[in-house]
Amino acid sequence: MNFRARAETIAWGAQRASAAVLGVCVLVHLATILYAVRGGLTAAEILGRTRGSAALALFYGLFVVAVSIHAPLGLRTIARETFGWRGGALDLAAAAVAVFLVWFGWRAVGGLFG
Amino acid sequence: MNRPHRNHPAWWAFAVHRLSGLALALFLPLHFWALGQAIGGEAALDGFLRWTENPLAKFAETGLVVLLAAHLAGGLRVLAIEFLPWSPRQKAAVAVSAGFALAAGLLFLFNVGVA
Amino acid sequence: MSATIEARIWRGGAAGKFETFSVPRRESQTVLDVVTFIQRKLDPTLSYRFACRVGMCGSCAMTVNGRPRWTCRTHVARLGDGPLTVEPLANLPRIKDLAVDMAPFFDKWAKAGGKFVPSAAEGADFARVEPESEARRQADAGIECIGCAVCYSACDLVSWNPDYLGPAALNRAWTLVNDVRDGGQEARLSAVAGDAGCHACHSQQSCREHCPKSLNPTASIAGLKRASLRAAWKGGA
Ligand code: HEM
Ligand code: SF4
Ligand code: SF4
Ligand code: FES
Repeated sequence: MNFRARAETIAWGAQRASAAVLGVCVLVHLATILYAVRGGLTAAEILGRTRGSAALALFYGLFVVAVSIHAPLGLRTIARETFGWRGGALDLAAAAVAVFLVWFGWRAVGGLFG
Repeated sequence: MNRPHRNHPAWWAFAVHRLSGLALALFLPLHFWALGQAIGGEAALDGFLRWTENPLAKFAETGLVVLLAAHLAGGLRVLAIEFLPWSPRQKAAVAVSAGFALAAGLLFLFNVGVA
Repeated sequence: MSATIEARIWRGGAAGKFETFSVPRRESQTVLDVVTFIQRKLDPTLSYRFACRVGMCGSCAMTVNGRPRWTCRTHVARLGDGPLTVEPLANLPRIKDLAVDMAPFFDKWAKAGGKFVPSAAEGADFARVEPESEARRQADAGIECIGCAVCYSACDLVSWNPDYLGPAALNRAWTLVNDVRDGGQEARLSAVAGDAGCHACHSQQSCREHCPKSLNPTASIAGLKRASLRAAWKGGA
């Protein structure tokens, strides 16, 4: 396969693989939301669940990585099809969004679990 | 109005999936920012949570839960089309996805309402 | 049903306008019959294409009441009692009246590796392909395409990205990916992968909804997505 075809194919595969991971993460997340909002949300309740839980920290850390791969690639597709924007600048913009999401997401996870 | 050749369930499922994906991606930084309030300690996070108790925020939250559930179900539908043997029951898959999203939204409203 | 059909027909090329004709309603009348009646009895300057009239050649496709259809097998009675609107196919350059330039459509068949590349030397014995084998059945499912461009005209991706190869060319490539006699797979997968190829497809299935031969380009394209991912993963030139 030539380079361009291979790169696009791998990008597509990464979008779908991260989607599969997100499928599990979001199911768990939705179930947690539906359970947690009963009787109202308080910070003490949330932090009581999260603080010091390595397993949950790992789960949400992975969740952040998956969404940071999945969402920028999805936005890149929308930019191409809606505005006809293609090429290196677009790829760079998508990568920047990915880096921002990982940093901002992990920062939040750090706050909740630290 | 939409063009006639697009008026079939799989096309509408695509439209919902794209709009929900876009909305979720735009909301995500906001979500991370809100959770990041915990860095400022329990009181800061609580301050934010009190704010979300106004009806408008509840309405928006319900919308987000529906969008997330819709994007999840629609995304699994797409993965099934791409990676599993073809199923002739495409309309059923779209209906199940829509039902799942509505059920998640109703359950959220119910649980919030019980408060 | 009224005794006459009010037929709004596109006249001109990219710029043009609708012209309305009154055509007597007949039994078992097809959209192609209406267009032919206009050309024979009302206005001989009307341009359109057809050949076989029995759904085999794929030359008569037009946009009928907003949807792409093969006009020789589309019965007017099934479209209801309202006015009949006939335009050229979407997503292709308009030449004149109802005729479009099909060149971009077929050029993409070539671009997608739609040509069989023999792997056996000339004079070699016949290849044996089990009719029940998985590959043969996959090829069978897509092979009845008549090249009418109905799917191409219905596809959003084609209108969003003029380079997108389109459902018919990709469906053709998939039949060849499943041809065990073919020796050009590496180049073909390169040609069909990427953002102007199979990975751009969102499975909206407008192609499958409209294909008059009830083919399923969406499923063929899903096959190409998987086959090229496998090839990209393994690496190679
Ligand atoms: C629940 C788990 C998820 C699954 C299974 C999933 C699945 C998918 C799939 C398969 C696509 C490709 C659609 C296509 O090409 O037609 C997609 C697109 C997209 N997703 Fe997700 N997704 C999930 C979660 C998310 C989340 C949490 C976000 C945002 C934060 C998101 C944002 C997007 C965006 C922006 C697109 C592009 C939309 C498009 O191309 O039409 N997804 N998703
Ligand atoms: S399923 Fe793919 S090829 Fe078919 S109309 Fe939709 S985008 Fe085009
Ligand atoms: S796949 Fe169907 S709609 Fe498309 S060109 Fe072939 S016969 Fe026509
Ligand atoms: S005229 Fe040949 S398919 Fe309609």
